[in-house]
Amino acid sequence: MPLNIPIAENILSANDRLAEENRTRIEAAGLFSINMMASPGAGKTSLIENTLPRLADKVRVAVVDGDIATSLDADRAAAAGAQASIQINTGGQCHLDAVMLHGALDQLDLKQFDLLIVENVGNLVCPADFRLGTHKSVLIASIPEGDDKPYKYPGMYRGVDALVINKIDLLPYIPFKMDFFQRGVEALNPGVITFPLSCRTGEGLDAWIDWLVQNVKR
Amino acid sequence: MHELPITQSILDIALRHAEKAGARRVTDLHLVIGRLSYVVDDSIRFYWDTIAKGTIAEGARLHFQRVPAELLCLDCNHRYAPDDETLACPKCQSVRVKVAAGDEFRLESIDVETSDSPSSLPAGEGEGDGEMKCH
Ligand SMILES: Nc1nc2c(ncn2[C@@H]2O[C@H](COP(=O)(O)OP(=O)(O)OP(=O)(O)O)[C@@H](O)[C@H]2O)c(=O)[nH]1
Ligand SMILES: [Mg+2]
Ligand SMILES: [Zn+2]
Repeated sequence: MPLNIPIAENILSANDRLAEENRTRIEAAGLFSINMMASPGAGKTSLIENTLPRLADKVRVAVVDGDIATSLDADRAAAAGAQASIQINTGGQCHLDAVMLHGALDQLDLKQFDLLIVENVGNLVCPADFRLGTHKSVLIASIPEGDDKPYKYPGMYRGVDALVINKIDLLPYIPFKMDFFQRGVEALNPGVITFPLSCRTGEGLDAWIDWLVQNVKR
Repeated sequence: MHELPITQSILDIALRHAEKAGARRVTDLHLVIGRLSYVVDDSIRFYWDTIAKGTIAEGARLHFQRVPAELLCLDCNHRYAPDDETLACPKCQSVRVKVAAGDEFRLESIDVETSDSPSSLPAGEGEGDGEMKCH
């Protein structure tokens, strides 16, 4: 006799359960943690490089870098002064998932740090679906990508807690309608905190640093 | 691009529930996918045959129910289906909206054959094998 078994279970629930476990570990050690997501080349690593010196002596930072193959970004984070810098090679996978962060946390003595920065694989689609267990998701948009990205990648723009708009030094050279961009953001993620800045000139970085420091102290 | 691990998760969830129910075979899986969750049915079907091979879900049929997107206007409470051009509320033009439906992605139910189901027993095994038939 055939039987129908009701399930109603979220497909990504295995990842979500492990993400919860990651969160518990991070909280137990008293860290604030962010998951930085962006398209390739938006400036995730550049922002890390610019953030670390501004936090030196105040905040102890561990960086976990997701990369398909190399350890270039983890090396850059270490050179910029990260107290610890762990590389995760995804072996081709286009996003980090909770399992991978779990493995990276195993390599860190979490109590030694105040802030955990995770740099996700450069990709505007898949990382949005895989929660890692970090406190806040931060999306880094950048001017050369174009002002239509919120409309084309709504899944990513909808889910984040903070938005950095990087490379504003390029605004004079690139047609980028800021109100069109921001209308798209507002439609998907009303009121999301936004940091327009330039890793090149340093403009706008203070507000970003203040936000991090406030969250670390909380 | 992550349809392979996703297909694995679907199988894991189905097998866990099937085993709990003492099923001998999983024949159908009913999945609910919201329009906003960007999962490609065809890729899941593509991986399914390989991934389910050798399990009690081998050969099971996949059914996809697509849920349309629905937004809720936070200013006037209007619920509406967005068009492709704009997400703004058609009644009051507000852009303060949230997703009310369309981002779901879940395994709703599975159809199984249980051990007392005659169709699932090989011929001749139906008689004299009380142990196997209990519940
Ligand atoms: N003009 C300008 N260029 C920038 C800025 N920030 C970063 N860049 C440049 O953008 C390029 C990519 O920066 P990365 O920091 O490597 O980008 P990423 O997001 O880490 O890239 P992946 O890890 O490969 O996805 C580099 O050439 C940076 O020098 C900025 O504010 N202005
Ligand atoms: Mg990088
Ligand atoms: Zn309205």
